[in-house]
Amino acid sequence: MTRGRRWRVVVLALAALYFLVPLVASAEFSLRAPGGGYGVANYTRIAEDPVLLSALFTSLRIAVLTAVIVLLLVVPTAVWVRLRFPSLAAVLESATILPIVIPPVVMAAGIAFVQANLGGPVFRALFDSSTSALTPFYVILALPFAYRAVDNGLAAIPLRTLVEAARNLGAGMTTALVRVILPAIRSAVLGAAFLTLALVLGEIVIARILLYTDTFPIAVVETGRSAAGVSVALSLASLLLTWVLLLAVSFVGGRRRRSLRSRPSVRRRTP
Amino acid sequence: MSSLLDTPTAAPDAPAARPERRWRAALGLLPFALYFLVFLGGPLYFVISGAFTDADGRPTLGNLVASLMSPQYLLAFRQSLLLSAVTAVIGAVFGTFLAQAVLTARPRSPLRRTVSTASGVLAYFGGVPLAFAFIAALGQTGLATAWLRSAGIDLYASGFRIDSLTGLALTYVYFQIPLMVILITPALEGLLPQWREAAENLGASAWSYWRLVALPVLAPAFAGATLVLFGNAFAAYATALALTSGSIPLVPTAIASALSGNVLVGQANVGLALGLDMVVVIAIVMVAYLWLQRRAARWSRR
Repeated sequence: MTRGRRWRVVVLALAALYFLVPLVASAEFSLRAPGGGYGVANYTRIAEDPVLLSALFTSLRIAVLTAVIVLLLVVPTAVWVRLRFPSLAAVLESATILPIVIPPVVMAAGIAFVQANLGGPVFRALFDSSTSALTPFYVILALPFAYRAVDNGLAAIPLRTLVEAARNLGAGMTTALVRVILPAIRSAVLGAAFLTLALVLGEIVIARILLYTDTFPIAVVETGRSAAGVSVALSLASLLLTWVLLLAVSFVGGRRRRSLRSRPSVRRRTP
Repeated sequence: MSSLLDTPTAAPDAPAARPERRWRAALGLLPFALYFLVFLGGPLYFVISGAFTDADGRPTLGNLVASLMSPQYLLAFRQSLLLSAVTAVIGAVFGTFLAQAVLTARPRSPLRRTVSTASGVLAYFGGVPLAFAFIAALGQTGLATAWLRSAGIDLYASGFRIDSLTGLALTYVYFQIPLMVILITPALEGLLPQWREAAENLGASAWSYWRLVALPVLAPAFAGATLVLFGNAFAAYATALALTSGSIPLVPTAIASALSGNVLVGQANVGLALGLDMVVVIAIVMVAYLWLQRRAARWSRR
């Protein structure tokens, strides 16, 4: 048993070293003041820089829109698959791994072709602004992990029982979905939304190739050419913000689940 | 009666075997499927059709030949494949150890929460923040560089650069390990404690339990996850773009510069052909992944 403990400590120590050093280094780098010494100037820079600030709002708008569309697509579908097409669950699970490995650069290449060669009112409206052009494709990038997160959430609740109870009490399918299922899987839904935020704040490939340079990550990279400290500060802040949000969701969700577990009769594995 | 037996999972108030009800139920999947088709299928269609036409719209195989024969693209493919393979294997091995180390902790301990949420953020954040974190750590004036120098190791004197293939690999591992933790944890959780107890009762040491029981059971899941990691690294571009601004020849870099006309005007269709090459590589990887996934499912279907 002691030998078993020892390899664990070694692995965890190596992991802590590898994963923490870049974060600590980022923190140190971002706090360096131009003339030597330390200060928070790099962090306050965003409030004074109109380009960065408007880019941040653009990206947050894209993130919110993306998260809403993702959840509208994913939650009903995942519920429907579990209720009506359990045999399709494995197929969808495999399909949702696809966009992880579909290269964003290839998607961007296809979209750039449309952007350059096809006209018409539909495409003009689509490519009108970075929000309208990027959101639909960020949804595709976000779908795989959003589906996984929501489906895991659904696996942990007695879905069929809840739906049947709601329908017996006279609720329609939409009411059951919004007022019964959604609250029951809220931590999974929030997790999916925050990961979407992470994705939108880190994506530069599609935006760069389609020449929409007014998003936050692109602005961060551009700023990095002249002021690396500001870019490091903003990167670190967005990374930690997302992580703290997810950690909070994990703790809130965990507390709820423990209270469910104390009543074993409520828990039933859905097929 | 037989229809009820055929579909034991259907809700009692909805005999799903009645064909028209089942058709109506399938409509519920339509929005999801259509969205995939339009916004993922659409771009892929134009990549494929563009790869087989020249700049004037005539059908040709020239783009594909150029994308597979030009020395600059061959170099890009070799570097991309090397980078993806190396980081996938390192990420897979270390990710499995990390996942197992975390799994032996209590289910709701802070360690498990920290690692599982951090895995989510790091695996999907990718791109820009990672690049800057590594510049801050291992760049010329980075903290880790300074530490190593004070310990007597001068990285930059020995030829290391953060915007080299080695530096890029070091950064890729940072999102490969968390993705492996996410992918392999369910398989590790599927190893039943009874198997270990049975092995120990039969006199097996920890080592022979892992070698003869656990590793053979894990092998398909491990190999499948490694393939996803490979595809993930092969497809990734944001980190390379932010870290190197395109100075290392990789396939995505080649695509981006062909599209933007950096190399030669009229190369856009060669860029699309390169995209098609990438999709073919990914497709092969995914077919192997799905096959392995079926084998791995044998042990989880209980």
